[in-house]
Formats: sequence, structure tokens, C-alpha cells
Amino acid sequence: MLTFMLKRLLSMIPTFILASVLVFSFMHMMPGDPAAVMLGDSATPDQVQELRETMGFDKPIYVQFVRWFTGILKGDFGRSIFFYKPVLQIILDRAETSLFIATLSMALIIVVGIPIGMISAIRYNSITDQTFSGAAMLAASMPTFWLGLNLMLIFSVVLGWLPSSGFPSIVESGNLGNLKYLILPCATLAAPNSALIIRLTRASMLDVLKEGYITTARAKGLSEFIVTIKHVFRNSLITVISVVGFTFVGLASGTVVTETVFSLPGIGRLVVESVLRRDYPVIQGVILIIAVAYMIVNLMIDCCYTFLDPRIRVS
Amino acid sequence: MPKFFQALVKRKIALAGAGVLVIISMFALFSPLIATHDPMGLNPIERLQNPSARHWFGTDHFGRDIFTRIVYGARLTLISGSGVVLFSISLGILIGLLSGYYRQFSLVAMRLVDVVMSFPPLLLALALLAIFGPGLLNVILAVGVTYLTRTARIIFGLTLKIREEAFVEAVRSLGANNARIIARHILPNLVSPLIVQATFTFAFSLLQMAALDFLGVGVPPQIPSWGNMISEGRLYITRAPGVLLFPGIFIVLTVLAFNLVGDVLRDNLDPRFRDQLSGTRQ
Repeated sequence: MLTFMLKRLLSMIPTFILASVLVFSFMHMMPGDPAAVMLGDSATPDQVQELRETMGFDKPIYVQFVRWFTGILKGDFGRSIFFYKPVLQIILDRAETSLFIATLSMALIIVVGIPIGMISAIRYNSITDQTFSGAAMLAASMPTFWLGLNLMLIFSVVLGWLPSSGFPSIVESGNLGNLKYLILPCATLAAPNSALIIRLTRASMLDVLKEGYITTARAKGLSEFIVTIKHVFRNSLITVISVVGFTFVGLASGTVVTETVFSLPGIGRLVVESVLRRDYPVIQGVILIIAVAYMIVNLMIDCCYTFLDPRIRVS
Repeated sequence: MPKFFQALVKRKIALAGAGVLVIISMFALFSPLIATHDPMGLNPIERLQNPSARHWFGTDHFGRDIFTRIVYGARLTLISGSGVVLFSISLGILIGLLSGYYRQFSLVAMRLVDVVMSFPPLLLALALLAIFGPGLLNVILAVGVTYLTRTARIIFGLTLKIREEAFVEAVRSLGANNARIIARHILPNLVSPLIVQATFTFAFSLLQMAALDFLGVGVPPQIPSWGNMISEGRLYITRAPGVLLFPGIFIVLTVLAFNLVGDVLRDNLDPRFRDQLSGTRQ
């Protein structure tokens, strides 16, 4: 088990280096002089030259990469062109909102998605199953931003129950009541991702139900409830956990849209703003951090696998 | 394929999905004939109207007819979706097949695919569009990269499976060279899983591209894409909810239709391949 985890951890290193190379080369795939592009049309040649020197664009490309990469290992992601502040600090300033949204949405997705998926599988092909599966299909086919705008229209504008935008910091004010600002964003984000979990929980439980050991469990007289919980669900759990990895990707993409719809001061909104401002160091930093986070999530999932399934542990 | 049509007729909901796709294609092919107004025609007097006999879906903030713009938007939807499918499937086949067939190639190519897949798709597309600028072709490529890696991985897995089958061994012993084995014996077996993958790629790439339009980095705002219509109309949703409602319904209908048809296709696929494909959004 330990050697497996160690091996897995080591295999992350080349992926991380490759990912950094890719993110770094993004900036250098730009047509034209990056310094000129960043400063826009109104910059004077002197300003361009100055930026080129401060960013090190006049050095050979591999020197630039080594400088950038060693910086990252020390936690230095460069400076934002727009804010004149270190990129890492800007990202950390925005982290609270995004972490709250991601955690709450993930909880919502698991609490809603897994039970519904289980019920659908147990009541296979019944009206209940068809209704849930249909709803899941519909939720997965909906643009996140459209769902968000609709919820905003109904619950904030027409009914006036919930705030439509913004999120005052909970950490600074200590006011847990601010969570009401996150109800609509989390619902928006959870809907399409729950659909994914519902479909996968259902599918993997249906697969397990066909196994011989389920017949055995029933044959020895166990109650249907015990069979479902102890045998079917436990065995399908492995598939479900792998979905958490997908969901992480879904959430990372989803927060970009959701934070824009509800004007929330999070990392997703930061990316969109940086793209529109051509603030490349920030884009690079966010993308690399999210990619690393995703790799870590995948690593943890692999560890869960080996823990849950002895068959993998042995092989 | 006839089996597929039988299944389609049996699953009525999927037949309805196919019907929706036919209607959308009609919109795209015969836009000028179906549209009731000029898609670009400004008419400030009739701005932000609710649906009426004159404007079936109402008008937007410039007084443009929403139904007309939806009809023209169908063109863009089908063009951009097909663009992503063509780009991702063709390169995905190439990379996946070569990686599955030649071990050494896979060491490099699949590693790269893994790395690209460790970036969330929308963020990757945003970064690429930040560098290469907006525009239809760039949007197609930026979104296509994500699906390219997925297709490549699926084809890689399938090729690994197929090349171990007895019939491949048999043709090799009859003297077929690698090129012939790939082209005549492996590729034909990949056709049906590829069709399924294309259907799901189409569906989910439409959602991605709509999101990019909404974020303001997709196709230029003057083009009546469904995503742009919602993005522009979002400030006026309280006065005329139609600007939000109708383009959104058409996005949902189209994506849903592709998903429903994709599901039927997958269920009728060779069971050996079924596990590798799932209609899940990632």
C-alpha cells in the first residue's frame, strides 16, 4: 500500500513538470511580442522595452522557463500586470469565496446525487427511476449560466427571497448569515454535477446487482436492505468515488461561470476578468494551481481505491 | 444501423430528440425562408416586447426579433458543433490509433493527453482564447482540444483491445502489413464507438461554447449565437424574460436531443465497447 502511494506520488512529478511547460508555453505561443500585447495599443516603445526587461522576455526561452519554474517552486507566481501585486496573493484573496462554493456544492452533490442514484437503481425502470433519470438528463443538458440566471430571476427578482449577487466575506465579518448569498450559486453549480453522480451511481449499482455474490447474499436469507447497503452499495462505492475526481473538474469549470452570473469575488471570476484584461501571469498562476489541485485530488482518489478494494492493493 | 432505427422508434423520447434535431437542421438550412424578420434589423420602437402575433418570441433590447435570431443562431450552433466534432474526432483517431498500435508513440502522446486532461476544459479554453483572441475558428479549436484528448484516450483503449483479437493475429499471419491492419481491420471496428463519441461531443461542446459566449470570449457579439443572445439580454430579463428564456430553451432542447440519440446509439453498440463511453459531462 505504502509503496503504491509512493510510486503514485512520484509519477505526479513528470506530469507536473509537463503541465508547467505547457502553461509556460501558452504565454509564448502568443503571436507577436508578449510585452506589447500585454500593454495594449496605447503603450509607448519605452514602456514595452521596460516591461520586456522586468518580465525577462529579452532572455533566451529556456532561461525564462527555469527562472519562472524555480519561482513557482518557491511559491512565486510572478506579478499581476493589472494589480501590480504578486499573483499568489491575488489568488489567495479570492480563495475564500471559491472554496466555500466548491465545498458546499460538493456536499450538496453527494447528498442529493448518491441517494437518488441508489433509489433509481433499486427501482430500476419504474416510474420513479424514469422520473429521476429524466430529470438528471435534463439537468446535464442545461447551460449552467442559463440555469443560474433563471434561478436568479425567480428567487431574487420575482420572489425576493434571496440576494441576487455578491458575497460579503464570512471570515472577515464572522457572520454565517452571509451563506444565504451562496444558496443560489451552489444550487446552480450542483445541478449539472449531481446529474453526473446520479447517472454513475445508478449505472454502477445496476452492474453490481448482476453479480453472483448478490444472488448468494439473497440466497442466504439476508434482508433486501442489508443486501443493498452492505453488498451492492459498498461495491459500487469505488466507481462513485472516482466520480468525485470528475466532479472536481466540473466544479472548477462551473465556478468560472457561476461566479460571473452572481458577481461573486472568487477565483473563477478572476480568471474571466484576467482573460479580458490580458493579465497573463494571473491566468498562468490560476490554471497551474487548479491543475495541481486536480492531480492531488486524483492521487487521493487512487489511495481511496486501494483502501476500499483489496483486489487493487494486491495487484 | 437498421437495428438502431428500430431502437429509436421504440424509445419514443429518443425519436422526439431526433425530431428536434431535424427541426434545428431545417432552421439552419432554410434560415431566410423560416425567419419572420431581419436578424440584424434594429427597431428601437419595438424593443423588449413580450411574445405577440407579430414577434412570436418577443424582441430584444435593440428591437430585433428573437425568433428570427434563434433561427439564424441554429446555423452557428450546427457549424460550431460540427467543427468541434470534426477537429476532435479526426485528430483523436490519429493520436489514439497510433498510440494504441505503437507502444513507443503512446509513451509520449498519452502522457501529453494526460497533462492536457489535468486542466479543467473551460479554463483551458479560456486560456487559449486569451492568447489567440476570440473568433469562431479559435473557439472551435479551443473547445476541440478538450474533446480531442478524450477521443484519443477512448480510441487508445479500444485499439489496445482490438489489436489483441484473434482476427488481427490472423490477418497478420496472412502477411498484412501494419498500415493495412490499421486501415482495413482496426479502423472499421472503431466506427460505431466513434459515432457515439461524436454525438456526446456535439452535445457538450455546445454547452461549452455557449458558456464562452456568455463570458464574452466566444464568437463576436454581433453574431446571433444563442449564447450571445442570453449574454446580451441578461440585463433586461426583468422587463422581457423572453430574451433569457427562448434562446436557453433552444440550447437545452438541442443538447438534450443529442444526448437522447447518443444514449440509444450507445445502448445498441457492441457490448465490448459500451463501458468505455459514457454520456457524462466533464
